[in-house]
Amino acid sequence: MKKWIAALALAGVTALAGCGQNDQAGQTAGTNAAGGVPNPLRVATEGAYPPYNMVDASGDLVGFEIDMMKDVCKRMGTECQFVAQAWDGMIPALQAGRFDAIVAGMSITDERAQAVDFSAGYTTTPAYLVSANANPLQQEDFGVEKVDLTEITPEEQAAIDKLRAALKGKVMGVQTATIHANFAEQYLGDVVTLRRYDTQENLALDMQTGRIEVGLADAVTWNAFLQRPEGKDFSFFGPGFDGGLFGRGQGIAIAKNRPDLLAALNKALAEMKADGSMKNLSVQWFGFDTAMP
Amino acid sequence: MDMILSALPSLLSGAFVTVQLVAWSLALGLVLALLVALALLSPNRLIAGPAALYVFLFRSTPLLVQLFLIYYGAGQFVAVRESFLWPLLREPYWCAIIALTLNTAAYTAEILRGGIRAVPFGQIEAARALGMHRGLMFRRIILPQAFRQILPAYGNEMIQMVQATSLASTITLMELTGAARTIASRSFQPVELFVIAGAIYLAMNFLIAQAVRWGEKRMAAAA
Repeated sequence: MKKWIAALALAGVTALAGCGQNDQAGQTAGTNAAGGVPNPLRVATEGAYPPYNMVDASGDLVGFEIDMMKDVCKRMGTECQFVAQAWDGMIPALQAGRFDAIVAGMSITDERAQAVDFSAGYTTTPAYLVSANANPLQQEDFGVEKVDLTEITPEEQAAIDKLRAALKGKVMGVQTATIHANFAEQYLGDVVTLRRYDTQENLALDMQTGRIEVGLADAVTWNAFLQRPEGKDFSFFGPGFDGGLFGRGQGIAIAKNRPDLLAALNKALAEMKADGSMKNLSVQWFGFDTAMP
Repeated sequence: MDMILSALPSLLSGAFVTVQLVAWSLALGLVLALLVALALLSPNRLIAGPAALYVFLFRSTPLLVQLFLIYYGAGQFVAVRESFLWPLLREPYWCAIIALTLNTAAYTAEILRGGIRAVPFGQIEAARALGMHRGLMFRRIILPQAFRQILPAYGNEMIQMVQATSLASTITLMELTGAARTIASRSFQPVELFVIAGAIYLAMNFLIAQAVRWGEKRMAAAA
């Protein structure tokens, strides 16, 4: 009887381990379109972060990053296979070999860089706060237009202090597992009530119901909301934030120790920046040039 | 290991939220289920009909959908936002309790209805012969026997409720699963965190299963 149980447990554990195992065979067999670049390249995205990546009315993935990756894959001589994936489990799933790359508006931060490798950045947009137009927060003057967290000047510190005082006791929304959530926890966590949303779209929904008074997110993804009819009663306020824990722009994340793939991605991105196609896509999807040099 | 130690306080406070959700929704759900079960058994169609519709709706749709509709759906209407219910409905905590309560009450009402119908008619005849009026008969004769009958099935429902609370994290509530997910998203060690979260759920359900077993024994002894 005991032996049976032990055998059963062992079988269970092996099966479980097999589930999460890095599919080495799948990565090497039938690949090598251009030295270590898998074909097809399995790309994970969220599909809920407009205009970076979203799902259109017919259920297809569209957005800046989808177009960008199609171009990148073409330049690498491989085919992109997109998978929609919940945001907060992406990095562990990448580590487990479920796909080859994450392209999901993911900012390059030191914290994440310990777990995955990043390509060169392709866009950079600051984080902004949003509230209803009628909210008194809109009238506040914080003294600076932008706060760079890499090196905080006295004026910037004064703006952060003022922001903390203004937000005291308010309910604030962020998307879970984002740089914005990290910033809110570290700089505002003790003064605001923090609500963490699974997607940016649900956060925007709750801005409209008034459950949250303030939201913090990427400027570009806010624009997607503010330009819709539902967003007409809301606006940016306060300074924009970047640098420091906001990272160094958005990059493509891949598993560690895949130098060939990393080099190929960086080469394709550099080409797109050089020939202006990155800029064109940026203008097409964001309305202005967010491309990184 | 350091990660696990530093994660424990948030996990435990998440577990505390889970316990609160379970306690509230089971308590409120049982009261509602009793009313619905009585309505289901009513010979009056105007009473039994709506009760049957409620049970049908809440048993035939996923709890996740119910939760989403109550939280995001209800908030879309200005009338709801201006009503006296909004102070309750604006809080994810109460939305979760409302959704869980409505869901468990639908299942429990069906369990209770079966339990009540299983009480032998001879018992009711005897109670009537003694001149008991309806209320007293229900309290003394029917319900105690019905409860003994349904306890194993209701124990199942309680255990399922503990697990169902994990869905509350989708409406920003940081219960046990939500806390584990939030920490995992920064530490990138989901396996360790979910093993701990799973162990806490296991402990909770073990206690419930023991309590149900104890209740069964006690009631059997009383019979």
